[in-house]
Amino acid sequence: MFNTPGCGLSRWAPSRLIIGLLLPLIAGCSDAHLSFLDPQGPIAAAQRQHFWWVIAITLTVVLPVLVLTPLILWRYRYGSRARYRPQWEFSLRADLAIWGIPLVVVAVLATLTWRSTIALDPYRPLASDQPPLEVEVVGFDWKWLFLYPEQGIATVDELVIPAGRPVSLRLTSASVMQGFFVPALGSQIDVMNHMVTRLHLEADAPGVFPGRNMQYSGTGFYRQRFVTRALSADAFADFTHQVRAQGRAFTPEVFSQLMAKNTHAALARALDGSDSVASTSHAGQTDDAGNPADDSTPLRFKHFPSGLFGAIVAHRAPDWGQDTASLSTTRPLSSHSPLPANSSLSIHPALAAAAPTGVTP
Amino acid sequence: MNDSTHWLLGRLDASALPFWDALQHPTTKNVINAVIASGAASMVVLGAIAVVIGLTWTRRWGWLWREWLTSPDHKKIGIMFIALALVMLARAVIEAVLMRLQQALGLDGGFLTAEHFGQLFTTHGTIMVFFMAMPFLTGIINYVMPLQIGTRDLSFPVMNQISLGLTAAGAALVMISLVLAPFSTGGWTGYPSFTGRAANPGAGVDYWIWAVTLSTLSSTLSGINFAVTIYKRRAPGMRWMRLPLFTWTALCTAILMIFAMPPLTVATALLALDRYLDFHLFTADLGGNMMNYINLFWAFGHPEVYILILPAFGIFSEVFSTFAGKTLYGYKALVIATLAIAVLSFTVWLHHFFTMGQSAHINAVFGIATMLIGIPTGVKIYDWMLTLFRGRIRMSVPMIYASGFLMLFVLGGLTGIVLAVPSVDYQVHNSLFLVAHFHNMLIPGLLFGMLAGTNFWFPKAFGFRLEERWGRRAAYAWIIGFMLAFFPLYALGVLGMPRRTVAFFTPAYLPWTLTALVGATIVLLAMACLVIQLWVSVRDRHLNAMPIGDPWDGRSLEWAVSSPPPEYNFPVIPEVYGRDAFMLEKERGKAYQVPDEFPDIVLPANSPMGVIFAVTGTAMAFGLTWYQWWMVLLAAGVTLVAVIARGFCRNTPAPCRVKRCVVPT
Repeated sequence: MFNTPGCGLSRWAPSRLIIGLLLPLIAGCSDAHLSFLDPQGPIAAAQRQHFWWVIAITLTVVLPVLVLTPLILWRYRYGSRARYRPQWEFSLRADLAIWGIPLVVVAVLATLTWRSTIALDPYRPLASDQPPLEVEVVGFDWKWLFLYPEQGIATVDELVIPAGRPVSLRLTSASVMQGFFVPALGSQIDVMNHMVTRLHLEADAPGVFPGRNMQYSGTGFYRQRFVTRALSADAFADFTHQVRAQGRAFTPEVFSQLMAKNTHAALARALDGSDSVASTSHAGQTDDAGNPADDSTPLRFKHFPSGLFGAIVAHRAPDWGQDTASLSTTRPLSSHSPLPANSSLSIHPALAAAAPTGVTP
Repeated sequence: MNDSTHWLLGRLDASALPFWDALQHPTTKNVINAVIASGAASMVVLGAIAVVIGLTWTRRWGWLWREWLTSPDHKKIGIMFIALALVMLARAVIEAVLMRLQQALGLDGGFLTAEHFGQLFTTHGTIMVFFMAMPFLTGIINYVMPLQIGTRDLSFPVMNQISLGLTAAGAALVMISLVLAPFSTGGWTGYPSFTGRAANPGAGVDYWIWAVTLSTLSSTLSGINFAVTIYKRRAPGMRWMRLPLFTWTALCTAILMIFAMPPLTVATALLALDRYLDFHLFTADLGGNMMNYINLFWAFGHPEVYILILPAFGIFSEVFSTFAGKTLYGYKALVIATLAIAVLSFTVWLHHFFTMGQSAHINAVFGIATMLIGIPTGVKIYDWMLTLFRGRIRMSVPMIYASGFLMLFVLGGLTGIVLAVPSVDYQVHNSLFLVAHFHNMLIPGLLFGMLAGTNFWFPKAFGFRLEERWGRRAAYAWIIGFMLAFFPLYALGVLGMPRRTVAFFTPAYLPWTLTALVGATIVLLAMACLVIQLWVSVRDRHLNAMPIGDPWDGRSLEWAVSSPPPEYNFPVIPEVYGRDAFMLEKERGKAYQVPDEFPDIVLPANSPMGVIFAVTGTAMAFGLTWYQWWMVLLAAGVTLVAVIARGFCRNTPAPCRVKRCVVPT
């Protein structure tokens, strides 16, 4: 029941009831897809199931406390005529129940936990008849860079994926620890400097889902958001062609602006030349500087230095001579990465960190 | 800064003043934040001046020095720990209300800068854990435990003073950071590499490191002191299975302190090595790895949760049993459950970082281990309910807190189980759901326990009861305020709102943050009720006087002595014949009996060691924070000399005469 995502509990009445209570407060934003309670992919749907199941099972020991405590407090209040047994301190039957019932509940929960944890391991590739889209994700202060090695394009604060096809993410941070998270699609995963973590997601249907950094990383943290756009297969192909034709150039200037501490809006202004580099790299000033409208300025790049992800992980300078624009788009460029190429296997972050040798900071 | 003052001030300069940034960049927001920060700073300065003037005016310096600061009496040290905790509680609650206000106005902005908000959540968490919760429970254990086991003091009274001195030094450092800013923005957990020198070169993280280091050293010493006292100094006949349950929880907490505090002392010390001496232990390059810090931190952090909660469990056990007028149901089960929780608490730390990329099997094992703790905890809950069952329940203030705890705590347990399932944790980790969960454990669990304990044992310590009407108001305001402030955070977390975010851009969050603000306001009212309760109680102390010492029909030995107890606690060390020792005496008509003879009593002499450690601890930490090396060396030298001089001191025990007879007429 628990390792087949998308079945059963989605039609379960109490969950509908509680969502029915929550959603009116998300008035007018039912398209916002903020939460896994409104799942847009198989992982989030399974997580919603587990969430309600765990609550339902645990309530079997919690509810009696909520109901009986007020009753006992009233029935045995000072001055009532209820029986008073000041020496009563043990009952075998009661003891068997209060040890036994939690034990059974935890045993059930443990089984559920074991199966669901392994089934929903973020490192585990999703079953599908289509090959996954490979995306490399880099968390900067305070924006996200998405690299599409097969397509040879890159985007900032915008993850564009085909709907109905699994997405295989490899993630790292160019700064401090961050947490990559698209609630409507599935799990969050920490991204760490000099290390690679993995995540697999899938969107059921086209749509726009908010995503963000969950791990505090400084003054611009609250602005470190991105959107995930799931497109139909055709629209995704159109999108990649369009970006390859009309996207910005990924220059060393772009990279140094990404490495600077700034938010999306400040980055966009800097790249469009309407702002000086000095003011965007000063952390204290990005706070109020960001005009919300600028947060949506698309930053799409028609190429990037091949092996950029591996270079960031290994603390190497990007190889500006080798570019995705000059290579065949059918060839997966991620093999240029210094990390093991068998990417379907889980890479433990510690191993990933140890992999690059001869690191130059 | 020129060289002539650099040796003196280190890197401290005018920019540390809380209004400096607003003078440099006078934007509206900066000015608002400067006003708030300067207001807080002037409260600290004016508060300190007022205390100095007040003590001078009433000529109480000598009294303060002799009766309190140099007293090795465990009861006075306990009261000083609790007073410190209450002051720090007031500050941290005000910070919490400011954060709630910011998030209520935080759609697309608010009034606080991100930097200021970062300092607020860091100081709030650091204070609440290390300088509110720890001193509060240490103070109550300090006061009550020796009375419960029938002894005259802790095994190491001077070390007890030093524990208080170190905690006070850490708290002082956090208060100083209001005047000479900034404090860290790395959260109470202080994860590198954000707290590394590369990402955060300023003084803030160093303040945090040294404040926490002082606190952990203090708690390690307290743990040793408590454990040794319980092992070695129980009254004759006080066998293990006769110990009051609060003392059992004190013992388990003490053992946890001994084993769980050093990992954090080590972690902060290693982080300091990274920051001061370029060790690269937790940096991303040159072989460092911040995951090691996170493991060390939570090797402390998870047992810490039970250090905080177990004494409260003990207090609730005493309260339920006393106010139901019944012997505790399932005493042995409660003892076993307490021990089981203490052991299991070391096996679950990884659940704080399920999302860090380890294998699913490891996550599953730690998730299941976490759920196992639910079993002994559930047993305790039901044992308490069965204690109330067939009792004769008096709904006094401690009992209101305890009943609120019973029902609210199980909800926190429920969400804890949700967080313990890794597949679900991947959705709610680092969200406000997590914040709601741990506040749901710590406010009804720890804080209600401490407030119940304060109301319960206050008449013991001061000879008069706390006023009941304002006490009830405070208790109900805490319960309602807590629910309104934190239940919305569960919803926000499920809706994907992260913790520690100064502002948000999703209108759907607004109704929830506004509700939480209402709750925070009620909590503020609860704090006001507590202050009024104390004020009214002191004013009407003659009406509520309880000199005989047994205001609640108590069960354990601390109620057998007068209120307040004499310096030596027991004129003659009592003999214990069973569990609920004092109740047994009362039932057999043997309470309050005059002993045949009064043997001489020897008590420890006053010692300034606690004050010395408080001053040198503060100075050393301050010097380290601002790179004032002369101050570090001076403070280290004074500490060393004091410790060596203490070794030559032979006038340690002071003879004492029986000042007052405890026999009622």
